[in-house]
Amino acid sequence: MSIVRPYGDTTGDGMVQLSFTLPIPHDKRAEGAALQLAAKMGMDPAMLVHAKQMGDGFTFFVVYGRVTHLVDTDKVEVVERDFPLLSAKEVNALVKRRLRRKLSVVGACIGTDAHTVGIDAILNVKGIAGEKGLEYYRELKVTNLGAQVTVPELVAAAQRERADAVLVSQVVTQRDAHLHNTREMSAAFREALPADKRPLLVVGGPRFDESMAGELGVDRIFGRGTTPGEVASYLVHELVQS
Amino acid sequence: MAKLDLDPALVSRARELARRAGQPVVDLARSHTTVSVERAVLRLAGVTGADPDGIPWVNRLVDAVVDEIGLEHGVALPVFDALAREGLPATDLTLLAQKAAAGSVRFGVPTGKAATAARKVASKATAVGIRAVDRKRAERDRLIKRFGDPKQRPWIYLIVATGDIYEDIPQAQAAARAGADVIAVIRSTGQSLLDYVPEGPTREGFAGTYATQDNFRLMRAALDESSRELKRYVRLTNYASGLCMPEMATLAGLERLDMMLNDSMYGILFRDINPIRTFVDQRFSRQVHARAGIIINTGEDNYLTTADAVDEAHTVTVSQLLNEFFAHEAGLADWQLGLGHAFEINPEVPESFRLELAHALLARELFPDAPLKWMPPTKHMTGDVFRGNLLDGFFNLAGTMTGQGILLVGMMTEAVVTPWLSDRDIALQNVRYVLGAAGGLHEDFVPAPGGFIQQRANQVLGEAITLLEKIEGDTLLQAIADGTFGIMKRPPDRGKGLAGVAKHADDYFNPATDLLEAA
Repeated sequence: MSIVRPYGDTTGDGMVQLSFTLPIPHDKRAEGAALQLAAKMGMDPAMLVHAKQMGDGFTFFVVYGRVTHLVDTDKVEVVERDFPLLSAKEVNALVKRRLRRKLSVVGACIGTDAHTVGIDAILNVKGIAGEKGLEYYRELKVTNLGAQVTVPELVAAAQRERADAVLVSQVVTQRDAHLHNTREMSAAFREALPADKRPLLVVGGPRFDESMAGELGVDRIFGRGTTPGEVASYLVHELVQS
Repeated sequence: MAKLDLDPALVSRARELARRAGQPVVDLARSHTTVSVERAVLRLAGVTGADPDGIPWVNRLVDAVVDEIGLEHGVALPVFDALAREGLPATDLTLLAQKAAAGSVRFGVPTGKAATAARKVASKATAVGIRAVDRKRAERDRLIKRFGDPKQRPWIYLIVATGDIYEDIPQAQAAARAGADVIAVIRSTGQSLLDYVPEGPTREGFAGTYATQDNFRLMRAALDESSRELKRYVRLTNYASGLCMPEMATLAGLERLDMMLNDSMYGILFRDINPIRTFVDQRFSRQVHARAGIIINTGEDNYLTTADAVDEAHTVTVSQLLNEFFAHEAGLADWQLGLGHAFEINPEVPESFRLELAHALLARELFPDAPLKWMPPTKHMTGDVFRGNLLDGFFNLAGTMTGQGILLVGMMTEAVVTPWLSDRDIALQNVRYVLGAAGGLHEDFVPAPGGFIQQRANQVLGEAITLLEKIEGDTLLQAIADGTFGIMKRPPDRGKGLAGVAKHADDYFNPATDLLEAA
């Protein structure tokens, strides 16, 4: 059976619950409007079970009802990440067991870019969206060089810290600065270090195309909305597990 | 009021240890200055505005002085000496900054008569700024008298953060109308690491709105309107943390903000800001807060987001005691100490609610005259909004049962989205129900003598004393360097903002500190 419907209290009843706000005061017309939305969303019949005005011009609704849609589980497409997402605990355990030393990460904003928002969100303990940054991971040794770091400074710091991975954040995109800077950075690492000694090169920023890694000479690009956990999981996947 | 049967000798011992651990840091703070302390002095003395690139004139002027003669003398003497040599009145300090930025002013450290004259004019100019802060404090007292304080305790504290000050304003006013007593405007991500305060009203931020003097003024004016309408004084909160603590405190005082987040160690541990920079900035900012009648909120809740809330409960107590010592030393009164703590125990832990009550009551009894800031669950909010709403209800109940002063409203959509209008409404309904149904329960709630709650509270106090003994033996700076708080190791010779710190030279002069300490 690959066809299913939502389940309320009887197989096949198709019942769902929904809550939302409309930007209108609460009256009969508002309740009708809520039911109209529910009907357009495929709820038939829809029951308005709660309506409450908030402030001057908003009303909150809760609607229960039957949806007419069917779901085919065979036709569900899942986009698989090419590395598993690990918890901080799992990352630490894997590094400890397999690498048997701390994994060294060096991060920076290179060029004239002074926007450390991205690199700090990934590296600072504070983190982003409730997720702690890489500094929080016991088995990662994080060196955050901050903003406006030159490429030679970055290469020197990576060598000094025996970096397993170098994280570079680029926010400013004026005249494609983020692309030029990234190419310059990857070329400098290629020049300074033989392939087997080179750290994993990772860049991130809101305007990067994640598929351009090869073209820019880096190992991975992370785009908007990337979390520290994703970066840590990727580092472990590439450096510890493979 | 003693409900926990705490041994008064142990409580005194804990305070004494906090004092001994904190005193060397105070000595350090008294003998150093930072670029942000100096910029705050110039702000009090009347420097305003920014260059065409948005870099404030206070930054340009301090940088110009530092380039020429270093930071160790303070900027007041060389700046007011240069002002006299340029033949400008004290009201033209911003013009001097512009000239200095263009490279047409030379700075030196005056001696003899020139130094005496510079000192006198500097003190007079800075006193104008401090009087402006005093006037704002008196204005607040007047408005509270006219409109009144919230009827209930705890005060209800709500956050707005759209990134756009003009969008924040109607949201804040709507929140006040819906019952909020305190509005906090969350800052843009990363502002704490900017070594300058942005200028002007701002309409774009990352997950928050930039703290600027204009944004402060606009929001305060809007909430004054709300206060008039609602017949209760609605308070405004922002953040004196990060690299510009002293300036944030100063701007808050000048624009009549009512509360400021201001922790003694948060920036060190969570933002990797240099420890000495933080302690020096913190002391000055707290002196300003004391003068301005601002309530500080400390950041102990943050420890529990990284560490286990049961195992590390005593680190909260230790930090509260240190924050209290530093605050008193800087001149803050007990009513100004919104010491932080949070409801962050894993709900799967057996008796988690009783443990929360024990911890919350411990803070209440250790600091009977402080308002205490009670922070909602975040770490164990999973996206299951129904369970989240229940957990928030228990958080509200613990808050009222233990007599907390300021309650930050928990959102069932924590960790899901920035709160929607309806999320905020449901959260406030939750608070109103609990305070309405059980607002006086703290009178009846007396833990059984020798029972679970008393035992747990005494255990946490004991662990706090053990940790304080260790810190006092190692020194606080060393304890921070060793990673005693959380897992972060923060040595005093590392971290952001270190370049902007200097030990006082013998002729160091800071008219603002002199005036603040004379009071």
